[in-house]
Amino acid sequence: MKSLGSIRRSFAPWTDPTSKPFISFKNVTKKFGDFVAVDDLSLNIYTREFFALLGASGCGKSTLLRMLAGFEQPTSGEIILDGQSLAGIPPYKRPVNMMFQSYALFPHMSVETNIAFGLKQDGMPKPQIAERVDQMLKLVKLEKFAKRKPHQLSGGQRQRVALARSLAKRPKVLLLDEPLGALDKKLREETQFELMDLQQELGLTFVIVTHDQEEAMTMADRIALMAHGKVIQVSTPAEIYEAPNSRFVADFIGDVNIFDGTVSSSEDGKLQIETESGFPIRVAATDAPAVGAKAGFAVRPEKIKVSREEPVSFGTNAMRGEIWDIGYLGDMTVFHVRLPDGKVVKASSLNAVRAVEDPLGYEQEVWISFAEDAGVVLKD
Amino acid sequence: MSTWSRFNIVSIIVGFAFLYLPIVLLVIFSFNESKLVTVWAGFSTRWYVQLFQNQALLDAAWVTIRVALISATVATVLGTFAALAMTRYTRFRGRMLFSGMIYAPLVMPEVITGLSMLLLFVAIGFDRGFWTLTLAHITFTMCFVAVVVQSRLLSFDRSIEEAAMDLGATPVSTFLQVTLPVIAPAVFSGWVLALTLSLDDLVISSFTSGPGATTLPMKIYSQVRLGVTPEINAICTILIGIVAVGVLIASVVSRRREAQRVADERAAFAQ
Amino acid sequence: MSRIGSAIFNRLVIIIPYAWLLFFFLIPFVIVLRISLSTTAVAMPPYTPVFDLAEGISGIIAGVKEFSFDNYIWLTEDALYAKAYMSSVIIAFISTILTLLIAYPIAYGMARAPSGIRPTLLMLVILPFWTSFLIRVYAWIAILKPEGLLNQFLMSIGVISEPLIILNTNWAIYIGIVYSYLPFMVLPLYSALEKMDHSLTEAALDLGCTPISAFWRVTFPLSIPGVVAGCLLVFIPAVGEFVIPDLLGGSETLMIGKTLWNEFNANRDWPVSAAVATILLLILVVPIMFFQHAQTKADGEGR
Repeated sequence: MKSLGSIRRSFAPWTDPTSKPFISFKNVTKKFGDFVAVDDLSLNIYTREFFALLGASGCGKSTLLRMLAGFEQPTSGEIILDGQSLAGIPPYKRPVNMMFQSYALFPHMSVETNIAFGLKQDGMPKPQIAERVDQMLKLVKLEKFAKRKPHQLSGGQRQRVALARSLAKRPKVLLLDEPLGALDKKLREETQFELMDLQQELGLTFVIVTHDQEEAMTMADRIALMAHGKVIQVSTPAEIYEAPNSRFVADFIGDVNIFDGTVSSSEDGKLQIETESGFPIRVAATDAPAVGAKAGFAVRPEKIKVSREEPVSFGTNAMRGEIWDIGYLGDMTVFHVRLPDGKVVKASSLNAVRAVEDPLGYEQEVWISFAEDAGVVLKD
Repeated sequence: MSTWSRFNIVSIIVGFAFLYLPIVLLVIFSFNESKLVTVWAGFSTRWYVQLFQNQALLDAAWVTIRVALISATVATVLGTFAALAMTRYTRFRGRMLFSGMIYAPLVMPEVITGLSMLLLFVAIGFDRGFWTLTLAHITFTMCFVAVVVQSRLLSFDRSIEEAAMDLGATPVSTFLQVTLPVIAPAVFSGWVLALTLSLDDLVISSFTSGPGATTLPMKIYSQVRLGVTPEINAICTILIGIVAVGVLIASVVSRRREAQRVADERAAFAQ
Repeated sequence: MSRIGSAIFNRLVIIIPYAWLLFFFLIPFVIVLRISLSTTAVAMPPYTPVFDLAEGISGIIAGVKEFSFDNYIWLTEDALYAKAYMSSVIIAFISTILTLLIAYPIAYGMARAPSGIRPTLLMLVILPFWTSFLIRVYAWIAILKPEGLLNQFLMSIGVISEPLIILNTNWAIYIGIVYSYLPFMVLPLYSALEKMDHSLTEAALDLGCTPISAFWRVTFPLSIPGVVAGCLLVFIPAVGEFVIPDLLGGSETLMIGKTLWNEFNANRDWPVSAAVATILLLILVVPIMFFQHAQTKADGEGR
């Protein structure tokens, strides 16, 4: 597993201008009547990438996947797979396979006939089909269930049959439409890691559609965050979390505090913002907005420290407030700190020790603090 | 379920008594010794014996069965196609007219349907007989099949068809390998319904049949007009018996299958 | 949504049943209309055709000039027909209301029954539908006759001393229609009541409704689609009913289905019976379209 980790770390074909994308969406638009589901979207996905399309329902992510599978035709624009345009190619002739949200197992066929279905359509000889089906059953650990019908399986087993069926034809790309949506939390987490290992093992390109950000963050090499038929940001999970490119992204992924204000000085990549809460903050910015412009500073709760005494270290921003609410989550505690102007700031701290002497209580006067590079400047 | 009040139970019992009492009485009096249908004079099976010596009646039964088998089968194919057209192709020219032609025959008074078909056969110079009867039965039963199959198709998970195509099956083979096997139970119930309607029909048959193609309901009707006799009760009892046995078998089979399914599901979740 | 696939297969699925219904269902109505505009002849077929198709377009134009409304005039002149139409609609209407009143408590009781026995109850309602319509109507003759089983029973328990005359009256027709069409009313009512969330009634009771006002203000309004569907399923065929008035009704009972049958089979007057059918269809066209609309809407919701 160590080696897989190191492969993962070094895998970043999107940063290499010479590498050719495996799947390209070029100015793709899809309209259903007056409704624009996908709006002039361009996107590149590389070989062996685990790519996630993330967004709220109705953002166009499923439509994008269905266009790749061939169930929908783009209204305009084109999709290129491995150097070949997919225009006019029906789904049954495309070298991609899909795992459906509902699993879409054929209810009248046994597990092995379900898995063999695609191979039979290709006219593969029977002994070879049997061999491949055995291989797939082993892969998803369902050897004992070969003769069962879908209704005789549990949810997790059905999910694995659907996976085996979509992998049986060795597609160039596997499309996964909310593959874990129907599983309970614990099973879902286990399956996430299984899917990642499988993808590494088979060396396939995976494109997954999900509305669950944790799922996307855990599994994907890159995430495309979508809204209203457009891609808002395409980045690695770490980048999208630590360096969101807009208020929308910052707000969508994880929890965030945004301090709005006006830029009062800007020099050497350091910015002073007069926040609406009355506390000036000094922050680091690479692409600094002009003096006098409106700007926001987005900080994640875990980057904010709560303390009784005023912090003294240089380059730290500090604000005074009162503890308004405390949420104990087990692994960490979330504090809601109310600033004098009424703004509530969320700060979380890891519960690294079991018992804290004299813990912070309600209505206590505290200081919150964060470093100048603890967040990002939002210009919009 | 505390909400199942005494009022509910009484209304169901009274309702079912109303539905079943006439049929029960009819069956009882088919075993009456007397020629009078309303006065009990002891148990006898002589009307049944007499029945099986009535050649005209047996001929009519044979015609009825043949018409029903042919028309139900053709109507099932046509009705299934119509159901597919209605659910799969939401936009095509003349769809309103099409759905009108599917639903109207369900409620259309039979005298109108019968008369209009008869006039069609006369206009095109088609001699009335076995085949006109069959064509007429196909036409009115296919709409019932269409409605039964359509209601199954509406709850059909289209993603299994997409999965089949995604795995390389062409639309036609998707239909044959996936859609048809899955909707088969509904298609079969459509066929049974068409069969029953055809066996049962009097009015449309009377208009569209010709010499030599008398059906059992037509025969029964002409005898009923002459008066109520235990012999008719006997025919009716046999017909009811056939239906009752058929329904009983169907329900036992489906209940056993359901029990199997439930057991399977329990087993699946137990591990 | 996907329109990919072999176009021929898709086309055939529409074209075959469409063509069949056009030819065997719609065209016959055109013929009925045409014959209703022709004149009676003593021949086989017993009418003179309006159009002679062999003459092509000019034949049709000549035919249109020869349209004869005599049959319709005849229908208005003879009060018998107007009475028959009127009494058919009235009898069908009364029967529909009676069916609704009897079916509602049954459907309601079924929908409230423990879910384990609901399929059995449902089957028991559908079962009589599988037995012959003719047999079910016939069964009532022996019951309703003056010396029949009902009168025997009532006289034996001393409720009445003289036999009631029910057979060959409108009451026999009402009973026949209610009995024959009861499943058609129960099923849509049941499906409307069964899918209703019982917590709605509980919410109404919780908010201060009495059980009766909860029924009228919550349950009944939500079951109206079922009521409409059931009433149309009973009313429309009942207007044109033939077997029930013929077997259970009296000689003075006028129903248009019976009139049409007699006109056709006994009098052999095809043009007049075609005109009778055309007007019956005109009376029913509004409820039929209403029915079709309700069905299409229900399908849309099921999607």
